Amino acid sequence: MTEAIANTRTTRKPSRYRWRRRARKTGMVAAGLLVLFYTLFPYYWAIVSSFRSGSQLFSSNLLPTIDFTHYRALLADPVFTRAILNSLIVAGSTTLISLVLATAAAYALGRLNFLGKRAVLLTILVVSIFPQIAVMPGMFELVRWLGLYNRIGSLILAYLIFTVPFTVWVLTSFVREFPRELEEAAIMDGCSHWRILTRILLPLMGPALASTGLLAFILAWNEFLFALTFILSDENRTVPVAIGLISGSSRYEYPFGPIMAASVIVTLPLLVLVLIFQRRIVSGLTAGAIKG
Amino acid sequence: MGSVSLHGVSKSFGKLDIIRNVDLDIADGEFVVFVGPSGCGKSTLLRLIAGLVPATAGEIAIDGEDMTEVPASERGIAFVFQSYALYPHMNIARNIGFALETTGIGRAAIRTKVEQVASMLKIDHLLDRLPRQLSGGQRQRVAIGRALVRHPKVFLFDEPLSNLDTDLRSEMRVEIARLHEELGTTMIYVTHDQVEAMTLADRIVVLNEGRIEQIGSPRELYRQPANRFVAGFIGAPRMNFAPVTATARSETVRLTGPGGLDLGVAGNWSATAASIGVRPEALSLATGETAKASGELLRVEDLGHEHLAYVSIADDLVWTARVEPNHETQRGARVGLGWPDDALFVFDGEGRRLGAQAGMRG
Amino acid sequence: MIARVIARGRSRLERREATAAWLFLAPALIALAAVAFWPLARTLYFSFTDATFDDPSNYGFIGWRNFTDIAGDKLWWLALRNTLTFTVISVALETCLGLGIALLLNQTIPGRGAIRAAILIPWAIPVVVSAKVWEWMLHDQFGIINNALINLGLIEQGIAWTANPSLVMGVVIFIDVWITTPFMVLLILAGLQLIPEEVQEAAIVDGVPWWKRFWSITLPLLRPAIGVAVLFRVLDAMRMFDLSYVLAGNSQRTMTISIYARNQLVAFQEIGLGSAASTWVFFAVAMAAILIIGTLRLDRATSR
Repeated sequence: MTEAIANTRTTRKPSRYRWRRRARKTGMVAAGLLVLFYTLFPYYWAIVSSFRSGSQLFSSNLLPTIDFTHYRALLADPVFTRAILNSLIVAGSTTLISLVLATAAAYALGRLNFLGKRAVLLTILVVSIFPQIAVMPGMFELVRWLGLYNRIGSLILAYLIFTVPFTVWVLTSFVREFPRELEEAAIMDGCSHWRILTRILLPLMGPALASTGLLAFILAWNEFLFALTFILSDENRTVPVAIGLISGSSRYEYPFGPIMAASVIVTLPLLVLVLIFQRRIVSGLTAGAIKG
Repeated sequence: MGSVSLHGVSKSFGKLDIIRNVDLDIADGEFVVFVGPSGCGKSTLLRLIAGLVPATAGEIAIDGEDMTEVPASERGIAFVFQSYALYPHMNIARNIGFALETTGIGRAAIRTKVEQVASMLKIDHLLDRLPRQLSGGQRQRVAIGRALVRHPKVFLFDEPLSNLDTDLRSEMRVEIARLHEELGTTMIYVTHDQVEAMTLADRIVVLNEGRIEQIGSPRELYRQPANRFVAGFIGAPRMNFAPVTATARSETVRLTGPGGLDLGVAGNWSATAASIGVRPEALSLATGETAKASGELLRVEDLGHEHLAYVSIADDLVWTARVEPNHETQRGARVGLGWPDDALFVFDGEGRRLGAQAGMRG
Repeated sequence: MIARVIARGRSRLERREATAAWLFLAPALIALAAVAFWPLARTLYFSFTDATFDDPSNYGFIGWRNFTDIAGDKLWWLALRNTLTFTVISVALETCLGLGIALLLNQTIPGRGAIRAAILIPWAIPVVVSAKVWEWMLHDQFGIINNALINLGLIEQGIAWTANPSLVMGVVIFIDVWITTPFMVLLILAGLQLIPEEVQEAAIVDGVPWWKRFWSITLPLLRPAIGVAVLFRVLDAMRMFDLSYVLAGNSQRTMTISIYARNQLVAFQEIGLGSAASTWVFFAVAMAAILIIGTLRLDRATSR
């Protein structure tokens, strides 16, 4: 018995461990490449397709070719450029408004003591799970009453339902992590709450505001249901709906080339920003969720 | 000028009582140090005085004026924080002068005051830097400068030196003592460091579980602790204690306890004695008649300037004695311990010290 | 000195802070009241009326009839079944895939940073774009996927993935998994990084094999993170609209309850009926939320 154990011991040579470690590492790298392929290939293929026109589009050659036909056509199309402008206005305004509202709210929720704080936090959390469809009839009425139907103003208003809870939540968790003594020092220096917020907190919140703002911007930029329902005419459409409605001249000619080009145009700038702010976005996305 | 008085001050967070009914009077120009174990409420008490934490009950007066409801910035006090709490996005000059910006005095006047304070603290060459470009000691000076510039009636320090290394700590300790001497302003200082407390304080306030255990000069606290808690808290290594049984006789009281303890104490005040205490520095290794207790020598620690002997006088009772470096006792040997009569502290069942006069000779 | 203990209810300083807090909160709360609670209340109200879009101001109360009408509509039940099928399968797949990728990214492998960045891409691009890109890749004649499968000799001719009624739900789920797995990965990865490394190291030193480490250490410690991620994803999947709508329009095979409700509202111009359907959606989502949160609570209570 002891002999057998001794035997197995001796067969475990260092080389065996080295081999096993290498195999493990190779396996993991292969898995990593697979994940990379899975997440990136569709977008890569969209880019490749967007640079192909005519019968070239149907080639399954994986290497890119450069042909700007679709891009030129799109940028000359007033409906599409108008949609980009609309989306910029809508997402920009929504983001700006929610950041202003959320910064003030986050200061109160993260820093001040008052009765009912938990209730407020819970209320805000509950709003974030409202299905959009559930508020749509009431929102419809509100939008009509305000005279915003078929105007992009309706979207700026409606999008607050998801950007405000989200930004409040993320910024609150950020404000909470602020050193307590820094705030106390400001109080000692005679700062009102307003002054603490604007002179001490805000200058230090720049990065957090940028990443939270970018996330809110993406949410608003990508929204589809309200944009589809509250806007009737082409000139007021936002980008996602515009892309969703691009159609060919006939039933059989399905314009995938232009659609891919449009997709690339409206996503590439955002993706660059996302990659630049990658780390902060990840912490922004998860901070809100883990604490809930 | 800058007297501070607290009357029946309490603070609770929900059901948790942090400060319980504290009365305290601090005279103008005094240097008072709050000490106590962590969680005793010393930092909260400081914040109550500052107005950073509102009191649940009681009154706080500064300079004879009720300040209980007055906002922190209008109480005429300044606060130096443990983490320094410098504004990371402002340069040093702005950090120091920030409090003056809301008072409506001109920029030039602020600059003059800031420069004055900076030269006093020898940080005038750093005014354009940002806090992160400064060393710990320099940041500490800026934090003090920020307090100085407001010409407060009372300075509050919350463990200001605990983030510094040992060398800088003693340097800054001397600096703070110098400031107090020069300015003559009331200072209240929270620390867990006994050396800081003993060296800086005119009076020390010992806090425990939100209550004041004793107020007194460093010398008083060391020589005449009011109770077992203070006796154990002040002094390092801490005082040795042993439970005793008291038997009253005609003239004296006999105290018996572990390690062969058998003491006759004059005066019947010690009839309710439940424990005794002796400081390590009062103990000596003794033999025969002079030994009042005995036990097994567990080990001797050589700390260079002193030797600490650990003597087990009962199964679960180890006493520490500060002994002469040239003792020649083997580990495991039975040793006797002796002490002068006036070094004995006697406590009753509730921990109060008995016969307050007995140990007063020192 | 007589200690005067004056017990105040709340001090002026505290009241002042509370006032400031409500002032800071007011704009956000007013905004939420206007765009969330008021519309929701109006939706509930409309669901008891026979209002239509032709003349929204002229309506009468009809009690519970809208609700019973919807409950009697076979299409509603089909939409509900579709939604539940979609939710269960896609969230299950996302959780498994997300867990796998998160575990991989938690190892030190070359290019970890690149993967972590790349994984944000499917999440950041609009659902409409993702739907279109996949629709193009899955095209029956010219799609790259059919081409690859034909070249590999796996199929004779292109499969009409999105046009084939029996395949389309699978395609919707597949694309949704691609879009939302990143979110799962990020949340689970954040949970993984909360697990102290020493715990794993202790187990390694004790000779615990990797599968046992995974089952008995990693997974139990990850449960809260996975629970929260699943909660978010389920609630999101229950209200899914855009992916199905863009990919298959009003096809009954992929119609979700959100699409059903919007059809009542927009296509049939029935505010009352649409509101009732929307209210049903709201309660379905709320039920799911309560169920999952309850399970998480129970889980937390029993694991203590």
